[in-house]
Amino acid sequence: MAELGPVLEVFLGGLMSGVLYALVALGFVLIFKASGVFNFAQGAMVLFAALSLVRLSEWLPFGVAVLLTIAIMIALAWAVERLVLRPLVGQHGLILFMATIGVTFFLDGFGQTIWGSNVYQLDLGIPASPWFLFENLFPGGILVSPIDVFAAVIAGTLVVALSIFFHSTKIGRALRAVADDHQAAQSVGIPLNQIWLIVWSTAGIVALVAGMAWGTKLGVQFSLSLIALKALPVLILGGLTSIPGAIIGGLIIGAGEKLAEFYIGPLIGGGIEYWFAYVLALAVLLVRPQGLFGEKIIERV
Amino acid sequence: MIYRETGQFRTSYAEDQAIFRLREDRIGIIVILAIAWVGIPLVADEYLLRAILIPFLILSVAAIGLNLLLGYCGQISLGTGAFMAVGAYAAYNLALRLPEIPLLIDFLLAGLIAAGIGIVFGLPSLRIKGLYLAVATLALQFFADWAFLRVHWFTNYTPSGSVTAPPLDIFGWLVDTPLEKYWLCLAFACATALFAKNLVRSRIGRSWMAIRDMDIAAEIIGIRPMHAKLSAFAVSSFIAGLAGVLWAFVHLGSWEPLAFSIDMSFRLLFMVIIGGMGSILGSFLGAAFITILPIFLNQVPAMVGIQLSTAMVSHLEFMIFGTLIVLFLIWEPHGLARLWQIGKEKMRLWPFPY
Repeated sequence: MAELGPVLEVFLGGLMSGVLYALVALGFVLIFKASGVFNFAQGAMVLFAALSLVRLSEWLPFGVAVLLTIAIMIALAWAVERLVLRPLVGQHGLILFMATIGVTFFLDGFGQTIWGSNVYQLDLGIPASPWFLFENLFPGGILVSPIDVFAAVIAGTLVVALSIFFHSTKIGRALRAVADDHQAAQSVGIPLNQIWLIVWSTAGIVALVAGMAWGTKLGVQFSLSLIALKALPVLILGGLTSIPGAIIGGLIIGAGEKLAEFYIGPLIGGGIEYWFAYVLALAVLLVRPQGLFGEKIIERV
Repeated sequence: MIYRETGQFRTSYAEDQAIFRLREDRIGIIVILAIAWVGIPLVADEYLLRAILIPFLILSVAAIGLNLLLGYCGQISLGTGAFMAVGAYAAYNLALRLPEIPLLIDFLLAGLIAAGIGIVFGLPSLRIKGLYLAVATLALQFFADWAFLRVHWFTNYTPSGSVTAPPLDIFGWLVDTPLEKYWLCLAFACATALFAKNLVRSRIGRSWMAIRDMDIAAEIIGIRPMHAKLSAFAVSSFIAGLAGVLWAFVHLGSWEPLAFSIDMSFRLLFMVIIGGMGSILGSFLGAAFITILPIFLNQVPAMVGIQLSTAMVSHLEFMIFGTLIVLFLIWEPHGLARLWQIGKEKMRLWPFPY
């Protein structure tokens, strides 16, 4: 039993950080599902939202700052829709993807220009000291960070809410129609521009939540933008179009990379967390190109 | 008026298949080559050679490599930096462990090793495409970053992880002054451009373009997707590997794994998008643009009297790159090369617009 304690701790820690990846991946899935755009800028949006929140809450009450940040994210969604997506309607997916890389760079630069590029502390009032669980079962107990638990609860709520939204509301159905075919959706009377505005705003709010969770954990700084790169394999693993897939993919990758680091890491020099997720995702891609939960890609000529 | 094909008849197949079919184009390229080989060395000082021209030439080579893959074969790669790293470390280890091989042969072998890695990581492209492939190539980027940082055999167990290239001895010619380095890079750039230009005009280049335009249709008319895609990956990573060797051996001299991080991959992607996807000339234009812009941003505000902090300059650079990428994708998906093309069309009629 002495061995099981640390392993369980690593496993739980992995699951929790997996939830955090999933929060970022969720934003990707939302936009991909509803507009067929693979939004590389999600990580930059996380950074931008977190930076705005931190700097605004320096001289405004926290609640007001949150509302104001949400307003900023909606404005941003509007700008992206208007200036980037609308001129590129009907273009090849790869072109849209590269355009979002452009948006990423712009947002990274813009956010740091107006909000500054230091490391800012974000305090949500969650106790920082870890909790110890099962102290009677294992010597020393299992260490769990309250921030991670908070993030997990938030992520769970978001997934349930978004799933219901996509499956049972009129807007949700319109979103799925747009994802299938821009032009066909437009021709049956779905207002493409409004739909995109809604979905990018939602993704912006998800980015804000992810930014709050990550920002409390790591401090708000430029490296937040890079977690998007960590979320990509989560996305591939779970499937690009599945909201629950994002969460399950996140859990698998989070736990997998921590366990791999724990068991295999010492053998080959450590730091395999850096690429483990990608190699896992690549292996899944070769067997199941659509990911674990994605819709099968059918190509018609 | 000046630039016009009237009266130039092509009377043989060889003339019809020439790269530069117009007399004006031939004169133009000779002038450009003369300036590059003779003119610039006469006037350029060390700063210009070291900080601008050498990086520009090497990045042009790398951009040609990526352009063959992305612009001609339509396979996106976010791992060009990793291919460059493979080339650089392969050449370093070959020079270190097999000193009897001449350095130039090392360079080519390093390119071949990069091509081998390119084929392995191109394999997923047979099953997956587009965005998924982008992730697969990112996997290579992260794996390479890690391998060259953590597997100390590659860096010959140096404690800091950074390695130093041996002196550049090309068959007895010791390349050590900036000017000689410039000539070496120029030679590589010219050779690569010629090779790439001829490749894309040949059967294999045409099969890449068919795959890019519509892979299923290409397969139906008898192009084997496996051959086309893997050969594109192989050639592209060979050239990228070669560029990596030059970047490490000629430009940097001593380097650490971070020199070939994901930033490099993105930078090359931008060069290809801004310069022009599917154009050899575009690779040069894009490389020139991306090399010069940061220097421009560093110096011009200071000249006009505005003091910008270094952080500010780098943020500005980010914003400008991002904006340009979006603008080019919207207005001119074929990049600067297409603008040049339009300019040429205009010149045919000028000054009589009829």
